[in-house]
Amino acid sequence: MRLSEHTYRTISTIAGPLLFVKRVQAARIGEVVRVVMPDGRSTDAEVLEIDGETVLVEVYGTTQGVDIEKTTVTFTDAIKKVPLSPEIIGRIFNGSFLPKDGAPLFIPEKWMPLTGAPMNPAARARPADFIETGITAIDGLNTLVRGQKLPIFSCAGLPSKEVVAFILRNARLAQADRSFVVVFAALGLTFHEYSFYQRVLDEMRTGFVAFVNMADEPVMERLLAPRFALTVAEYLAFEKNMDVLVIITDMTNYCDALREISTAREELPGRRGYPGYMYSDLASLYERAGRIRDRDGSVTMLPVVTMPEDDITHPIPDLTGYITEGQIVLSRELHQKGVSPPVDVLPSLSRLMQKGIGEGRTRADHRNTANHLYKYYAKGRDLRRLEAIVGRDGMTKADLPMLDFADAFEQEIIGQGAARRTVQESLDAGLVLMKKYSLEVK
Amino acid sequence: MQTGKILGISGPTVSVDLKGLKLYERVFVGHGLLTGEVVRLERSHAVIQVYEETRGLGVGEPVKGLGMPLTVRLGPGLIGGMYDGLQRPLERMRKEMGPFIRVWKEMYGLDYMKRWDFIPSVKPGDELQYGMIIGEIQEGAFKHYLMCGSEQGTVARIASGDISLDEPFGEFTGGLEIPGCHEWPVRMPRPYRKKFAPVTPLVTGQRIIDFLFPLARGGAAIIPGGFGTGKTIFEQSVAKFADVDIVVYVGCGERGNEMADLIAEFDELEDPWTKRRLRDRTILVVNTSNMPVAAREASIYTAVTMAEYYRDMGYNVLFLADSLSRWAEALREISTSLEEMPGEEGYPTYLASRLSSFIERAGVVETMNGRIGSLSMILSVSPPGGDFTEPVTQACLRTTGAFFMLDTSLAHRRHFPAINWFQSYSLYAGDLSEHYCREVAPEWEELRRRCNQILQQEESVREVAEIVGIEGLQDADRLVMRVAERIRTEFLGQNAYSDDAFSPPDKTLVLIRSIVEYHDRAAERLKQGATLDEAMKGEQ
Repeated sequence: MRLSEHTYRTISTIAGPLLFVKRVQAARIGEVVRVVMPDGRSTDAEVLEIDGETVLVEVYGTTQGVDIEKTTVTFTDAIKKVPLSPEIIGRIFNGSFLPKDGAPLFIPEKWMPLTGAPMNPAARARPADFIETGITAIDGLNTLVRGQKLPIFSCAGLPSKEVVAFILRNARLAQADRSFVVVFAALGLTFHEYSFYQRVLDEMRTGFVAFVNMADEPVMERLLAPRFALTVAEYLAFEKNMDVLVIITDMTNYCDALREISTAREELPGRRGYPGYMYSDLASLYERAGRIRDRDGSVTMLPVVTMPEDDITHPIPDLTGYITEGQIVLSRELHQKGVSPPVDVLPSLSRLMQKGIGEGRTRADHRNTANHLYKYYAKGRDLRRLEAIVGRDGMTKADLPMLDFADAFEQEIIGQGAARRTVQESLDAGLVLMKKYSLEVK
Repeated sequence: MQTGKILGISGPTVSVDLKGLKLYERVFVGHGLLTGEVVRLERSHAVIQVYEETRGLGVGEPVKGLGMPLTVRLGPGLIGGMYDGLQRPLERMRKEMGPFIRVWKEMYGLDYMKRWDFIPSVKPGDELQYGMIIGEIQEGAFKHYLMCGSEQGTVARIASGDISLDEPFGEFTGGLEIPGCHEWPVRMPRPYRKKFAPVTPLVTGQRIIDFLFPLARGGAAIIPGGFGTGKTIFEQSVAKFADVDIVVYVGCGERGNEMADLIAEFDELEDPWTKRRLRDRTILVVNTSNMPVAAREASIYTAVTMAEYYRDMGYNVLFLADSLSRWAEALREISTSLEEMPGEEGYPTYLASRLSSFIERAGVVETMNGRIGSLSMILSVSPPGGDFTEPVTQACLRTTGAFFMLDTSLAHRRHFPAINWFQSYSLYAGDLSEHYCREVAPEWEELRRRCNQILQQEESVREVAEIVGIEGLQDADRLVMRVAERIRTEFLGQNAYSDDAFSPPDKTLVLIRSIVEYHDRAAERLKQGATLDEAMKGEQ
């Protein structure tokens, strides 16, 4: 450790966001570097790789205006840290943690490292508390619990932001005296989308913190913004005992940014050009959700993933699905049928559902009712294929109610429109519908 | 101990100017004493793979070689424990440094302060050789047989009664101490006298496995499946109910919340065979996906070495890893940072040989002290995009004896365990059916054939039905479809959250026998001219 700043003017190569600096003494990996351009503008950077006295530095912002002769590079001997204070609630920042709302930065109470630290698996509390989102496809069939990470898999053109807005407006915790603080990270958002979310956040009664990186802002910030958001979320949850709901939209932009930076670093590309370490990188974000034993707070995460080409096997949704505890899948077919929200429950899943439902949490018959709804709907969907071949007349009497049930299930149970349903209402609606088509519930 | 300096850093690999290192030697890196392993040696420098987060590490910081490879400590007190990929006790880390793993530090997997009651089985004058038993300690429900490590000789003195691992357990003539625990390099399989072919079944309590695709003690199986197909639930069900003495479970690059859940559940549930707490027969090794990637690579070796240690005492050990793909990805990440030539999908070309030598550590053996122990493996694989042609699945297929293929469409239909009954196979089935016929019921094999037959028939009838409609089928065929549905839902499907989660072989037999007999009786009535409804009604 040097405990002092060193300034150099020895840049040897500039390539995209990367600078090679020569003859540097005792640099550290991850060290924050300040790059000052000849015109006085400055930008932050980070040490990426060290080979003897040659250091590879990655610039967070734009490298436009950096030159070889006059630009200075200052090694600060510090790791990137995030300023924190309870006063952060209600504020909007850009992807470099600069206030976007005109007010000055708060006085930090403490600083925490940007990348966080892995939570000791032995310290995690088992996620078990039900969160009511008001959406039947989630509450009734793929229940969300406190501390879970449940992504929304969407396709281009589907109303994922309306689903997110619905959850933001309607999510309630089982304990009546607690409410959510929302940490919102927008990555590569268009202005149109941003203004939509801004309206939603303004309407909300609870507090929020937003990190906004717009579509025309530096790509590197897309990698930073979710980390700022999660560091803030961990601070509020585990130091201030709050229940934090983290919304990150859109993870596809994050992964594309990761690929872009990785290519600039000349790393070996993996599947579809995404770097081989994308799984670990995504895990370093998603795994920050959770609860800690003997503490009240929680971090619950709802990332949005837009599946390129509607393909669930594309590396982005694929790796996400391997890390998160389930997924909510939106379907283009249902959207075209006018079902809102267009959640396809068959590929959707909540891995932690079992722990959040049942007697004393939601209702004793929850698991059984959900299983039967699944069974009959899956059967009905299978029969649709058969119907397309042999026609309705070729079906047996036993099959017809199942076929009709599947249609009614989509329109009435899934397609609830803008109305909020409590979990009781969701389950009752399911039971009523099964009864209507004389489907047995054992 | 020699010291050198860090020359360069790139991701998890560090180059140092230390001379005289050996390949795979363990190294302390930097002021924080991060653990590393030598992976490449050149005249001017050595390349070290660091098992911990390198952020904050600086050029010029000191490096120390330890003169020995990466090892685990083996001795009483491992059972019931929970360790990271380098065998550091996570529970103790939580107590000492809080809920986040911020500072990594050297911590031993064994508790050296704990008092044990030692009953020696050797006496002064006895000649001790490697692997021989020197005495026993009651470790929970197990008799822990202490084995002679690399120190050998004639016993001069042996302790007895109350003792801790910090004290010598005895002395050889010449003054060399007999320790109560020893270290073993994780990448070196522990020796045994002889290996046997696996011929006795490992009962998992999962009907589709025990009945259709049985696994043998000492065998190895893989269970590949896309996300959401129930790999983890399956592995956990097997961990809970399998008929073995000790379970070693590795959460390799998987979810933290799931591990928290598993720990809580293992504390609550009891082993159906011995009625003891599940935690008391389990060793957990956990390296979640956000913990350092190089330690993830080491975690399966750490775990399998502990498993072999208990095998060497003559126990039946089951090794479960979830998931091997995360291990392979860690290997790829390290290989990339070493700038090695990539093979298929960027994995290093030695992926297949590393995997096969790892999987060969399974088996039934006669140990160095003449006991018979077994180490069985069930390894989950997470193929990207659910595509089984990818390198990890393919490499595993060549060395494992059973393949339980998880089917996404079954999972979407909530049929669990979502194991596809047409694509899966077990090479142990032939040898094991003899055993089942002898021990459970003579008709086991015949019922198995009938069950497969009905499922096959359903498949071909279904193809016809897609053309002519169900109404156009013959009654006998419609009966097959109904019966096959019963087999699928009542027999092959098993709810992991209900009492049915565990099905012993006699229950499995009763269930399948009743379904097959039901089919035969209804078919008989059909032949006598009854309608389908009548034929089936007589049975309800």
